[in-house]
Amino acid sequence: MKIEASFLLGVAAFFGVVAVGYWFWSYEPAGTAMLVGTVLLGFVPGSYYYWWSRRMKPRPEDLPDATVEQGSGAIGTFPGSSIWPFVLGMGLFLIVLALVFGAWLLAPGGALVVSALVGVTAESRRGGTV
Amino acid sequence: MTDKPTGKPADQAPHKGSSLLRRYLGPLGILALPLMLGGCTLPSFYGFRGATKQGHDSFLLFSGTVIAAIVVGTIVVLLILWAVLRYRRRSDEMPKQFQYHIPLEITYTVIPILIVLALFGFTVVTENAVDAVSPHPAVAVKVTAFQWGWRFDYSGQHVSVLGETTQDPDPVGLNGRPCAPAVDCLGPGLVMPAGETTRITLVSADVVHGFYVPAFNFSRYALPGVTNVFDFTVKHPGIYRAQCTQFCGLYHALMFFHVVALPPAQFRAWLRSEQASSQPAASHPAASVASSRQGSPAASVKAAA
Amino acid sequence: MTLLAEHPAVLHGHPEHHEGPTGVLKWLTSTDHKVIGLSYMITSLVIFFIAGGMAILLRVQLASPHSSLLSLQQYNELFTMHGSLMLYLFAGPFAFGGLANYIIPLQVGAPDMAFPRLNALSYWLYLTGSITMLMGFFTAGGAAAFAWVAYAPLSSAIHSPGAGADLWIVSLLLTGFSAVFTGVNLVTTIFYLRAPGMTMFRLPIFTWNMLVTAILILIAFPVLTAAMVFLFADRHFGTHIFSVKGGGVPVLYQHLFWFFGHPEVYILALPYFGMVTDIIPVFSRKPLFGYKGMVFATMSIAALSTGVWAHHMFTTGVVLLPFFSLMSLLIAVPTGIKFFNWIGTMWRGQIRFDTPMLFCVGFLLAFLMGGLTGVMLASPPIDFLTHDTYFVVAHFHQVLFGTAVFAGFAGFYFWFPKMFGRKLNEPLGKIHFWLMFIGFWVTYLPMYVLGLKGMPRRVATYPSGLGWHLLNQVASLGSYLIAISFLFFLWNIWTSWRHPVAAGANPWDAHTLEWFTSSPPPHHNYLKLPPVRSERPTWDYFHPDARTISHNGRRNGHVKVGAEVGSTGGSDQ
Repeated sequence: MKIEASFLLGVAAFFGVVAVGYWFWSYEPAGTAMLVGTVLLGFVPGSYYYWWSRRMKPRPEDLPDATVEQGSGAIGTFPGSSIWPFVLGMGLFLIVLALVFGAWLLAPGGALVVSALVGVTAESRRGGTV
Repeated sequence: MTDKPTGKPADQAPHKGSSLLRRYLGPLGILALPLMLGGCTLPSFYGFRGATKQGHDSFLLFSGTVIAAIVVGTIVVLLILWAVLRYRRRSDEMPKQFQYHIPLEITYTVIPILIVLALFGFTVVTENAVDAVSPHPAVAVKVTAFQWGWRFDYSGQHVSVLGETTQDPDPVGLNGRPCAPAVDCLGPGLVMPAGETTRITLVSADVVHGFYVPAFNFSRYALPGVTNVFDFTVKHPGIYRAQCTQFCGLYHALMFFHVVALPPAQFRAWLRSEQASSQPAASHPAASVASSRQGSPAASVKAAA
Repeated sequence: MTLLAEHPAVLHGHPEHHEGPTGVLKWLTSTDHKVIGLSYMITSLVIFFIAGGMAILLRVQLASPHSSLLSLQQYNELFTMHGSLMLYLFAGPFAFGGLANYIIPLQVGAPDMAFPRLNALSYWLYLTGSITMLMGFFTAGGAAAFAWVAYAPLSSAIHSPGAGADLWIVSLLLTGFSAVFTGVNLVTTIFYLRAPGMTMFRLPIFTWNMLVTAILILIAFPVLTAAMVFLFADRHFGTHIFSVKGGGVPVLYQHLFWFFGHPEVYILALPYFGMVTDIIPVFSRKPLFGYKGMVFATMSIAALSTGVWAHHMFTTGVVLLPFFSLMSLLIAVPTGIKFFNWIGTMWRGQIRFDTPMLFCVGFLLAFLMGGLTGVMLASPPIDFLTHDTYFVVAHFHQVLFGTAVFAGFAGFYFWFPKMFGRKLNEPLGKIHFWLMFIGFWVTYLPMYVLGLKGMPRRVATYPSGLGWHLLNQVASLGSYLIAISFLFFLWNIWTSWRHPVAAGANPWDAHTLEWFTSSPPPHHNYLKLPPVRSERPTWDYFHPDARTISHNGRRNGHVKVGAEVGSTGGSDQ
């Protein structure tokens, strides 16, 4: 977990340096704003990972000489198949097309999105946590 | 305005090499000296040698960089080909499973750094020279790009040249003959004096256009909301074809214009005649080159291309 | 419906029998990364052939001056869609949605992607986004005709009215979200679902590159989505973000677009570098030379690439030239490291030239030329003299064709046996390679010269008498050759479909984990895992005597191999 954390914090650090340098060299706001956003993208998850890496034992995938048995056991639930991503995708498709062809497409699009959200929630509750 | 006596006929070479060298050495500085000395004999690699003082600087950088790229590229290609040909599988013998060679890796990290830093040094020097704007230009022209054509306003002179792609007012083609409409017309003419510095102020009336004169080795966006200023110092009289390079809509491919560099005396005569006539672009600048030099514009177009 | 995935050690005796839907319903409902990956690959290859067909039309038009095959409007629509399809819908999705989706969970030893249903949603957004973009051709005003960059204000409601432009913009909303979801999925999969012992510095380079690519996706695509929302708002909701008249700033669009657009170039390139980096060691029978250098080179390329966006805007006159020039030039350094590492991997190897390796060598040569001209373009004065000319067209086609097509097909030929359990025909593959290789150089070398002679890009026609005709003719001939080469590719696929030749689990004697499981892999991928002691677990397992020699002369790894695998069952092949 430590390498993952330092990878993301490295993103933050590098773009922090670039953002400061860029701002004081160019005083150009658009690029600086985007660079600061990039710093946050590295910093927020990176600091979370760092916080955890201090508080957890190394996982089997962090150990250079872990055996296969050390990693055995449940690692998560994975849905085998689900129709709801397709329904959600079609709903979003119609909603986006509504921007071009008219608001009437929002009705079927919204209906598909809502049913997909209900469906996927119910599915997760039946099958456990994901 | 007329501080330089440059009224030579157009078909005589207006400059000699030594004076060129002196003029370039000032802004470019000592860093570019090796390039400068070889500058006259550097291969062109199909590019333009630069019909302006600024464009020639860019050409030198271009040509030098191509040579460096050819050297680097050849070395890498030879290494690849050697590896590919020499180490074809000949047996089932297991090759040595080596993975790291730290000194070698450091070497091929440091050498590229040195190469790009050198290129960066030349780049900065050249770009400062190319972008440098003279405080006292001989002529100032405001260039307005629009869908689809160009307008050239001579500041303080009440002269303007206007050309639209779809109704070309300037029916001179590449060969100096009347052109096929909308295919090989030169478009409106931007007239400037040769040997003197012309200040271009570039704006756009609608979308983004690209002001590009190939023979000048220079392009700049005409960007709405931005006013770009740059200088051209054309070395020789002539006609230089040009066109819009930034895609700007339906007739982008036909948004031509051309630069006519006249000897300064003729340029001023042209300006006076334009001021006298009420119609903008009443007399054709390319025609004035042709008549004054008793030669066809084709010759100078050839020279420019 | 919902299955509990476990690491294999406790699974022996009761391997999972996955009974899901079959037929059409399988493709609609599957959340298996392998099925989604194949859907992605098939869709993106269809897009590739559509966009390639457009390219041929463009080349026919440009083969002669004053050509009237296509009208100006038709040409403008076609080149816009050619670029948009290739860049947004083929090169990226083929890599990060297709191959990466299929290969990454296998390479890290995971049962699936971390968020399988999100993965499926990504695909449906990608598919519907592609359909949305193509729908433009069937609207009254035709498809979008403002180039793949859609610069404001050309893309405004005044200058580009019509539903085609709107469809183009909203299709990028769909595919933008699709890419971000895939990026999140890849990062989480690589961080959380690795096999025991698969430490970060034992990940295959393809996985490393996909991790870095995913981070780039997360940096870049939200900016594109924001730019598209602004653009749409300007067109329809009366805002003036990019229009001068209302106090907006057109150049802001270019900043936003290229802050996406340049990382996008590396989002398109890094996965393919990864494929090549995984393939060359296999056919050289050696470990990758300079593994750690390769990882850091990838990171440096990605990091620098996010600080160079304005090198596409050198000629705007409003950007800081030295900053962007220096950052762009520095990218040459890690790229050079990669080149020398690839050569070092082949050095003193035993190279077998099967089709994937041939494509890799083709990639090396193509990308070398594209890379060197890229260094030239990073210098503003040289950019001034080539900007928006065919020189740039030749440059980025050599880079993108070199990566997405040469390296992409290297990856396709390499992993095809894993995905389908059958071999592709070697002679047909080699004919495909050689025709494409020759066609590639014949097409793009003349374009450099055309650019230096002043031919602008994106022109539907050009005057005669400028010396452009012959060069364009040669370029068009080359492009026909490339098109013909793909007929051999399709023939090859057809042959393997009609006359399958079983490939086995590990036909190339490869290195990485995915070659340990059967071809195609079972549901949830692994019935057993080998111990991971280096970045070559499969190789270590089959060649216990040929382990990597580390730089201080010792052999890597301290744990006996072989014994542990026995505890999880024998070989399944």
